[in-house]
Amino acid sequence: MTATIRQLGAMSSQLLERLGRVGNFGGALIGCMLRPPTRFGFFIRALYDTGVLSIALIGLSGFTVGMVLGLQLYTTLTRFGAEEGLGAVVGLSLVRELGPVLTGLLVTGRAGSAITAEIGAMRATEQLDGLRMMAINPIHFVAMPRALALTLAMPLLNGIFITLAIAGAYVIGVSLQGLDGGVYLSGLENAVRFTDDVDQSLMKSLIFGMLLGLIATYKGHSCVPDAAGVARATTSTVVTASVCILLSDYVITALWSV
Amino acid sequence: MPAADAKFIELEKVRLTFGHRSVFDSLSCRLQKGGVHLLLGGSGTGKSTMLRMIGGLQRPDSGEVRVAGESLTSKNERELGEVRKGIGMLFQNGALLDSMTVLENVGLPLREHTKQSMEWIRSRVSSVLESVGLDDVESLLPRELSGGMLRRVAFARAIVMEPEILLCDEPFSGLDPLNVTRIEELLMQLNRDLGLTVVVTSHHMASSLRMADQMILLRDGGCIAGEPEDLADHADDDVKEFLGEDGRAFLARLHEIRDQGHA
Repeated sequence: MTATIRQLGAMSSQLLERLGRVGNFGGALIGCMLRPPTRFGFFIRALYDTGVLSIALIGLSGFTVGMVLGLQLYTTLTRFGAEEGLGAVVGLSLVRELGPVLTGLLVTGRAGSAITAEIGAMRATEQLDGLRMMAINPIHFVAMPRALALTLAMPLLNGIFITLAIAGAYVIGVSLQGLDGGVYLSGLENAVRFTDDVDQSLMKSLIFGMLLGLIATYKGHSCVPDAAGVARATTSTVVTASVCILLSDYVITALWSV
Repeated sequence: MPAADAKFIELEKVRLTFGHRSVFDSLSCRLQKGGVHLLLGGSGTGKSTMLRMIGGLQRPDSGEVRVAGESLTSKNERELGEVRKGIGMLFQNGALLDSMTVLENVGLPLREHTKQSMEWIRSRVSSVLESVGLDDVESLLPRELSGGMLRRVAFARAIVMEPEILLCDEPFSGLDPLNVTRIEELLMQLNRDLGLTVVVTSHHMASSLRMADQMILLRDGGCIAGEPEDLADHADDDVKEFLGEDGRAFLARLHEIRDQGHA
């Protein structure tokens, strides 16, 4: 019994220590965002890597998810004679939940892991130490532009995901199943409110982007500087960020509903 | 020589462990300003770690590391940054930023810490690259360079700001004899003309002996330090064994090399 309590205590103190380290890193990251130089060139390059290069994956995934949603929902709604509600259900589920969450998970796998691997490799090859020896803060030079790019890319990619998913559901519901296009679009327009649903969607994706930016850069910076350490850090980024996105999705949804 | 210069870099009762492995038990040594100091020792004796401690990259568990009278152990990362502006470091694997060209890599400290124009930086980078025997490599990425070229670019980056202290981790490894001589001459010239303090780890004994004012042999968590001649006459068997078959042969070789240098 005493051993179990001791073990629990040790685990809690380890968890607190880790959270403290992440908090410290997050504070340093925010401090760097407020301090010149702006690293605008690096930010644009990171935005291209995380955002532009993710468009194909996000677009294809969005369109496919929309097609599946259209097919499943049309079949189900037809049973209740409510197929006119397809646009509303597709719109609400995508804008409020599926869009931000699936975009977050996809960007985690596509860009978050790549950022951790890149920074981890820089740590393993002493490039970060090289920067420190040139009196350049590696968090300012390497982590800050990438974290900022992830934060800003996420809402934009979320928008692309939702738009293409709505189009995918349209193709299935209207072009293949024969639902009236006007009914689909007017149902969508009447159900989705900008000030509530779209705001929530944007807020969620912005927070997911910030979380992923923090986790991906922190894991890279703090990894064990060898090949196995970089691999572990990359896996850990995907797992930790995915769990954080899913948990924070619930918290934001609950708070929004209050 | 003034007392402050005699202990320009000072390590005092430094203790450091990595996990269960003790690297330094009670390491104390002084490095004078403007000297060329050679760190020797077998694998795992802490040569690179000692360089990292002088650069403030590695904090000791206990003890003091002082550079130009300033204690590094009590400084935060931002304050260490100020000290590091006067230190150049050549890492064992170069540590060049692999997403940047040679021009961007070598010019990076100039871009960050001076207000010079891009034109001036480009010309300064070209001149430093030329001094290490490299031409027309400015637009290349590190992955497009050979091992020897990469080390010379890294060397150029370490000296481009004309630091007071240069820390070199194996500067001659992977270089052909011509470039070993070139880098050795450049180090000597920087040491002579600018009073650069050089701390170097090397297994390239001939070059090291030609340059060294002080040799520091790391062993058993501490060190034995002295001028090359002193170390050659040292009674300790480990010292003799590390330096050569016996001290006399080493000393003879040293005198011969130094005589060649004077001739």
